[in-house]
Amino acid sequence: MNLTTIDWLIMLLYFAFVLGIGFALKRFMKTSKDYLQAGRALPAWICGLAFISANLGAQEVIGMGASGAKYGIVTSHFYWIGAIPAMIFVGVFMMPFYYGSKARSVPEFLRLRFDEKTRAWNACSFAAMTVFSSGISMYAMARLIQTLHVFDKLFISLGLPLDWIFHFAILLSAVIVLCYIFLGGLTSAIYNEVLQFFLIVAGFLPLVWVGLKNIGGWHGLRAALPASYMHSWHGMGSPNTNPLGVDWFGLTAGLGFVLSFGYWCTDFLVIQTAMAANSEESARRVPLIAAIPKMFFPFLVILPGLIAIATPALINGAAASPIASAPAVATIPGTPAAVAVSGPKAAENLNAGRGLIPAKVDPVSGKVMLDTHGQPVLDYDLAIPNMLLHYFPTGILGLGLTALLASFMSGMAGNVTAFNTVWTFDLYQSYINKHASDAHYLKMGRWTTVVGILISMGTAYVVLGFNNIMDTLQLVFSIVNAPLFATFLLGMFWKRTTGHAAFTGLASGTIAAMLHHGLTLPLGDHPGIHGGWLHVIHYYPSDMALNFWQAIFAFSINFALTVIISLFTKPRPEPELVGLVYSLTPKPVEHHMSWYEKPSNIAIGLIVLLVALNLVFK
Amino acid sequence: MSLDLRIPMGLMFTIVGAILAIYGAITRGSDLYQRSAGMDINLIWGCVMLVFGLAMFLLGRYSDTHPKAPSHEPAEDPTERPRVPGH
Repeated sequence: MNLTTIDWLIMLLYFAFVLGIGFALKRFMKTSKDYLQAGRALPAWICGLAFISANLGAQEVIGMGASGAKYGIVTSHFYWIGAIPAMIFVGVFMMPFYYGSKARSVPEFLRLRFDEKTRAWNACSFAAMTVFSSGISMYAMARLIQTLHVFDKLFISLGLPLDWIFHFAILLSAVIVLCYIFLGGLTSAIYNEVLQFFLIVAGFLPLVWVGLKNIGGWHGLRAALPASYMHSWHGMGSPNTNPLGVDWFGLTAGLGFVLSFGYWCTDFLVIQTAMAANSEESARRVPLIAAIPKMFFPFLVILPGLIAIATPALINGAAASPIASAPAVATIPGTPAAVAVSGPKAAENLNAGRGLIPAKVDPVSGKVMLDTHGQPVLDYDLAIPNMLLHYFPTGILGLGLTALLASFMSGMAGNVTAFNTVWTFDLYQSYINKHASDAHYLKMGRWTTVVGILISMGTAYVVLGFNNIMDTLQLVFSIVNAPLFATFLLGMFWKRTTGHAAFTGLASGTIAAMLHHGLTLPLGDHPGIHGGWLHVIHYYPSDMALNFWQAIFAFSINFALTVIISLFTKPRPEPELVGLVYSLTPKPVEHHMSWYEKPSNIAIGLIVLLVALNLVFK
Repeated sequence: MSLDLRIPMGLMFTIVGAILAIYGAITRGSDLYQRSAGMDINLIWGCVMLVFGLAMFLLGRYSDTHPKAPSHEPAEDPTERPRVPGH
């Protein structure tokens, strides 16, 4: 990759501003509330943009582009079905409880509503997941920097060995994220997430524009792709007639209900930004404001994947510059195989691929990898990076690359601040040191940042060393997260739910998810990390189908058990549950709001827009 | 919080926009833009970012000097908000 001074200048400017914001915020960090909860003083629009940005990490941007290239417009279900309804629900119905209960974190809400053991379960599993997620982000970023040869020239000119680039990238991202969170806490993380939101738009909008123009606009795109790529609902009647391998029920119940509500309504990573808003009204508006850009994000991150497939590979003599294939995950950086092929080999691998998507190359033999049908296996993860390299001249290339790096960093930052808060309030203050001064907790919050980043770095190296660890972690997340929403749903909307029932239901749901995974397998996979490690009693058409059905299964078990055990245990007296349960809590006042400010009206508008988008791209 | 994000953010977009626009103006008509479908994308997008950045910066400055501007809601304690009884 040929980066010129101008590209470096843009990248350096961004980093200077990121750190500058941290320094500027330092003087406002006086209490643990300022530091860990942003003083609960931010306007709704800032929290709203941070709400989606916290989720817009690297895996999201690279992964959605990759899925767009692999499956087409159907990927937009992850936004339209898999996010918007849940965001509307959390804003309209759940936020009054999170914000109004004065809980400082999601686990703390569980303590207020249920009991200590339910909180401890959620706090521990959540804290572990955040540092692992942040480590995965860090790893992915270092891999991408290595694959794109961003620092190669710099290292060669300094006479440093190229296999230090991976370590350098890890260290660089860790130091930058550490600095701005250590200084400015959650406010700094949120401000930088908003900055990153605008950068992603500024970097990807011209990419879509130039890409579409080059292939003859929307009509050109339609003409260049198979018809199935342009529809989101075709073939959803049966799992065998669509690329995801799930039918409409599995999609709406698994993704649209259990997984998406479980994530957007209970994951403190995103909820923390809404809880930082300056009033309950603002907090309710946060997810609704976030839903508007979220709805249109498929055009920014999925469309480039489609364009990458539709772009003829060899034009303008630019074909040699896109990267031919990413090194396999397991290789050690610096070994010859880990350096992506460029030059004449690159063109060869691109020829074996489709559009700008190269074929995967075996890191050992250097040959194109073939699937069981003899077709080359494509490296879809390179869809977005190759689009940037193919369409962007120097100058705006620096901007695009900065946007990509920014997304990796904010993915890390959100996780680190969530870890800070949960550790300080839910674990340290609750179980280790109950009666310290606020200054002590502020200090604890700050230094937890350092620990969180160090564990993340450790995770990044663990991921590097073990072939399957990334898959394993994703699997653990899905098992832990799948049943969670049932606990919150019953807790907030059924006053009879008891603490013992919630805890037993949650634990059983998690075990049920694990058992389901051990007993089922996607077609064509070997028993192991993909499932079936106990005994295979059922086959699913795809990984995604297994994942969706597992979520439905875990949710149902948790729901049923929580209801049954609640009926046999003693509920808490009603006065204790005011502000925590829907039927016992006064409704928020809305008289003074204009019609367009009322959450329910915004929600209706969003639903109409959502239906319209689905009809246009059906 | 008394740091309005729009000020640093506006500043950053203004500077990056200006850099891109100036670079685009210097390299106008160069072979560089064969990649981007013949458009001088640096100049065009630099100008867009410049306008966006300036707008953000000025909005931020305006509400800083006019503290009662509508974008700043009064910082009362939100959790003490009056409520009407439920149904």
